[in-house]
Amino acid sequence: MKSILLTASALALLAGAAAADPVRIGIASEPYPPFAAPDAAGNWVGWEVDIINAVCEAAAMECEITPTAWDGIIPALVSNRIDAIMASMSITDDRLQTIDFSDPYYNTPTVIVGQRDMEMDASPEGMAGMVLGVQVSTVHQTYAQQYFEGETEIRTYQTQDEANQDLASGRIDATQADSLALDEFLSSDAGACCELKGAVAHDEAILGSGVGVGLRKGDDALREQFNAGIAAIVANGVYDEITARYFATSIYGQ
Amino acid sequence: MRRDRLQPHRVGLIAVALGVMVWAGLTMRWDWIPRYAELGAQGLWRTLWLLALSLLIGFSMALPLGLAQAAGPFWLAAPARWFCTLIRGTPLLLQIWLIYYGLGSLFPQYPWIRQSELWPYLRQAWPYALLALSLSYAGYEGEVMRGAFKSVPHGQLEAARAYGLSRFAVFRRIWLPQALARALPTLGGETVLQLKATPLVATITVIDIYAVASRVRQDTFVIYEPLLLLALIYLIIAGLIALGFRWLERRFTRGLA
Amino acid sequence: MLDWLYSVWPGLESSVTLLSLEPPGWGGNLLRGAANSLIIALGAFAVGCFIGTLGALGKLGGGPVTRDLLAVYTTVVRAVPELILILLLYYAGTDLLNQFLQLLGQRPIEISGLAAGIGVLGIVQGAYATEVLRGAIQSVPRGQLEAARAYGMGPVQTFRRVTFPAMLPLALPGLSNLWLIATKDTALLAIVGFSELTLETRQAAGSTRAYFTFFLAAGALYLLMTLLSGRLFGWLETRFRRGQAGARA
Repeated sequence: MKSILLTASALALLAGAAAADPVRIGIASEPYPPFAAPDAAGNWVGWEVDIINAVCEAAAMECEITPTAWDGIIPALVSNRIDAIMASMSITDDRLQTIDFSDPYYNTPTVIVGQRDMEMDASPEGMAGMVLGVQVSTVHQTYAQQYFEGETEIRTYQTQDEANQDLASGRIDATQADSLALDEFLSSDAGACCELKGAVAHDEAILGSGVGVGLRKGDDALREQFNAGIAAIVANGVYDEITARYFATSIYGQ
Repeated sequence: MRRDRLQPHRVGLIAVALGVMVWAGLTMRWDWIPRYAELGAQGLWRTLWLLALSLLIGFSMALPLGLAQAAGPFWLAAPARWFCTLIRGTPLLLQIWLIYYGLGSLFPQYPWIRQSELWPYLRQAWPYALLALSLSYAGYEGEVMRGAFKSVPHGQLEAARAYGLSRFAVFRRIWLPQALARALPTLGGETVLQLKATPLVATITVIDIYAVASRVRQDTFVIYEPLLLLALIYLIIAGLIALGFRWLERRFTRGLA
Repeated sequence: MLDWLYSVWPGLESSVTLLSLEPPGWGGNLLRGAANSLIIALGAFAVGCFIGTLGALGKLGGGPVTRDLLAVYTTVVRAVPELILILLLYYAGTDLLNQFLQLLGQRPIEISGLAAGIGVLGIVQGAYATEVLRGAIQSVPRGQLEAARAYGMGPVQTFRRVTFPAMLPLALPGLSNLWLIATKDTALLAIVGFSELTLETRQAAGSTRAYFTFFLAAGALYLLMTLLSGRLFGWLETRFRRGQAGARA
């Protein structure tokens, strides 16, 4: 046992402590276009990546984007591997028990996209008998488990891309996700199979009140910095400018 | 032997272990267990039958693979060797994803697949998981069986032929039982490795015991406890597998030099 | 030059474009991922051998408590799926290490994903290496050790000059197997979001929807790594076995 500890601490020394301590911002390491996805050169690009850079600049923070497995992104925050989560994470009561959130920086409806040749709508009755794919650890999974489970078979995917892929291959009948992420899919070649079946009935407790920056409990100074940064880019028009590059409409909410 | 196991230091260690367990039971969060007991049982059952079926299918592929490499003509030995090299040279996770998403990405190009009788099965995730796990076990055990078949002394086979036994009888009565007996200790270890590989199927939407634990972690935000319980469950299954193989070994290696 | 091939095999041209090293091809990402995998595998293998040497010596020459604790370590690690160990150690390990440092009055440190990956896989490798090296050390003839003792060598010198060189050829097949496991286990770090070959492949495949192309390409890269290192270990084995009469195969 001692040898293990010794090796571990030797490794830790190798890793070294960072000198300037930039704010480590966790994004999901699985592609989530058009919000954050790696390009062929290995750089992360997308609406959320641009927003991260803008917020950090406005709040005069030095930020370091740290791709982290979505499935373990909250444990990573709690165990101090990252300092903030900006990965399209909705502010929900469940999550608020474990972590804190900044003010929301976007809010979009949740929709269901399904096979063109199948009759369905986004209600529990309309989904009965269907196979629905959702991404793991998302509000969509919680919502589907709450409202659809039992009558509907729910399959859980590591990434939304993989759920979309299985929708295109016909292995699932529908997927539930954020409307903008699914817009991107529907406009691609693979999305030809499918169409928008409607928005799900809103449930504030599960779907939350928009997407915010996830922070450790008690990290109030950092939260204030993020709030100020978000407010600043909304006020000076940078937010709208970035949004216009990706989307046709505003996604700020309200 | 009995007395050896209860030396004073060991009593102390066991006391420490029990203390840690009691401490974990009292201070950590376990209140989620009753709520997920039923899902957990289903997941455990799925893990176990995936394991059992993949062992069965994989091993029945491993026998011809091993035999082809040990004694087959070149045109059988070479493909068998290549198959084993391919399987053993690449990560199982990659194989699972290739089989599930790779094959899946071909479906839209061939609409007749969706009209076929098999489509209800092809839509599910478990057939792909079973296929990937079976192929992997076949690859590793094909290699083990090659060595086992080769290790049976040639003289014995020749002697049996001289007694007038048919080729098949030699294989069934002499070659196979001896090769199996020699391979048993290795197979026991490999079977535990196969058990350890099963949670990878959770990444392609199969809800095994690992996937249930992941769900508990997301639903309740309890980070470590489900993983610890899961580790304990796998430890117990691995222990049972080891015991089973020890029993098999005692039964079947009797009288082997 | 390749036009005739493209006309025979329609999908090939797009695959080649996707795999080219410069953007818009994703080949560069795959190679970067492969380099990361290789670094982690090398690091984990080195840590594993280090733990394994200490573990083997502890199992053979340590006191009863050391031996029992080592038995628990090797049993648990070899029975629990790597995926679970990685998740536990990746998150809890950092936490515990920092609490431990705090007890010593030191300031908490930041462990990079790379160091954590190496540490976690190294601990897993160490359990297997302990068993491999223990078997090898045990099969060094006792007479050789007694002869060394008679020459007045201390335990460290005996290990360095007699035990180690004598056991190495016996341990090499097992170690070469361990190295193969190390290269393949790096793929599991994809699950915790470390950008090694498998995760890079998944990202490329997800972004381009060319699942078959990228998974096959990654498979080829892994195979290349394992085949080449297999050759290297084969060469090492023949080299170290030279002049060892009676070393068993």
